[in-house]
Amino acid sequence: MNSLLIPSGAVSASTREKQGESMKISATAPGEQPTILTLSKVGKSFGPLRVLKGIDLEVQRSEVVCLIGPSGSGKSTLLRSMAFLEEYDEGEIRIEGQLLGWQNTDKGRRRAPQSQINQVRRNIGMVFQQFNLWPHMTAIGNVCEALRRVRRLSADEANKRGMAMLEKVGLAHKANAYPAQLSGGQQQRVAIARALAMEPHIMLFDEPTSALDPELVGEVLQVMKTLAKEGMTMVVVTHEMGFAAQVADSVIFLDQGEVVARGTPQQIFHNAEQPRLQQFLQNYLDRNAFWQDSKPPTPNL
Amino acid sequence: MIFDPKIVTDHLGDIGSGFLVTLGTWSSGVVLGIALGMLIAVAQVFGNNFVRAPLRVFIELIRSTPFLVQLFLVYYGGPAFGLSLDPIPAGILGLGVYGSVYFAEIFRLGFESVARGQLEAADCLGISRLQCIWRIQVPQMLVIILPALINMITVLCKETAVLSIITIPELTMVLTGIGSETFAFVETLLMLCIGYLILVELCSRLGMLLESRVGRFMSRQPR
Repeated sequence: MNSLLIPSGAVSASTREKQGESMKISATAPGEQPTILTLSKVGKSFGPLRVLKGIDLEVQRSEVVCLIGPSGSGKSTLLRSMAFLEEYDEGEIRIEGQLLGWQNTDKGRRRAPQSQINQVRRNIGMVFQQFNLWPHMTAIGNVCEALRRVRRLSADEANKRGMAMLEKVGLAHKANAYPAQLSGGQQQRVAIARALAMEPHIMLFDEPTSALDPELVGEVLQVMKTLAKEGMTMVVVTHEMGFAAQVADSVIFLDQGEVVARGTPQQIFHNAEQPRLQQFLQNYLDRNAFWQDSKPPTPNL
Repeated sequence: MIFDPKIVTDHLGDIGSGFLVTLGTWSSGVVLGIALGMLIAVAQVFGNNFVRAPLRVFIELIRSTPFLVQLFLVYYGGPAFGLSLDPIPAGILGLGVYGSVYFAEIFRLGFESVARGQLEAADCLGISRLQCIWRIQVPQMLVIILPALINMITVLCKETAVLSIITIPELTMVLTGIGSETFAFVETLLMLCIGYLILVELCSRLGMLLESRVGRFMSRQPR
């Protein structure tokens, strides 16, 4: 099991720099660095099925957290709860201190009014597995829509910022293309630009590369790596263990609605102790071990 | 059988005004029906059960009774409920209400045709429900429902013939009137058919033009 996923010391320079930074941060007193996202005892049931069983999680500013786990483990549901796309029914999710989605009244908990939900949620950017671009709008139209309708920017201003965002994901030249005219990877990058345009404090990624052809995964991950390097706070549900190993500050392994293991990539991928995690990683390796009989390539994860 | 064009040319003025009345009641009815239908559909898609249940009953009621009976109810039964309308407003109201439930069903399907994920994306960006309907759902559903919409509009065109029963001087009333005065039934009924044919044909041509325009973004070819 040891060191199969990442060769020790194969952490890229930039990542090490970043990890050093986050270590520095965690060395300071907890009160000093604002925790941007706090989950306490978050639970969620679909009918009789309890998909989240009391999850605790804290995300610090500029931290990159990867959620991994087998399908059905509740990782997507957890992430969607953080954007209140799922109504979690136990516990609390706080974004920069504000309670998300619910309102405490004398008669117990009530769904907060939509305006209040949006107020808390405005600091979140969400990226979906299926991109969810609006097909009747061009790339720039997708990026500018919320700037125009929610931020109420003028057409010129919105356009300027929108183009800057497309530039950032390397798609300024596709500004006038419709989603149907873009590859999956390009669509996902437009979706990232669309979320970034609203200047979120935290970005949530729900399996951003799972719907992509293998050769298009890289361009999306590259954009995400750049974001992480720039200090964006990110929570990423992913099956890309290489990405998690390189970019994450902490990795959380979920199984059957519970956090089974959490730690640095080093701890999770090299020194896994929990049998369920070991088995999960072994499965992943087996699936990806097409080079088994020949010389193993340097894992370029 | 001899077609006597004189019958038509003699009454060209009357026929023309009948044509205009038909066009007017039809288009007003369509506008009213689409507006009401959109309201019903939005209430059905986004409302809770207290809103949905009565609307469901209303839709079933309108769909399962003949238009003629509904029209009688509005025009002759209306005064009993304090609703005394002249023939033309009564006709437009009847046509609009009758059309609205069918339009509502079309719109409801349209709303459901837009993938949920797109709405979630809008939600996460803080786009309000109303903006979402107007900017994201309606433009996309229009592409999908346009053929059904045009079909329903042409159905309403033909239903305007029923309005002659409540003494609205529209095409059917004018031409059947001329027919019984002159006993030239063939000429007048043929003209009647041609009149409706022109209206329906214009409408579907317009629909085809729209269809080719609104669906462009679906194409993978750059413009």
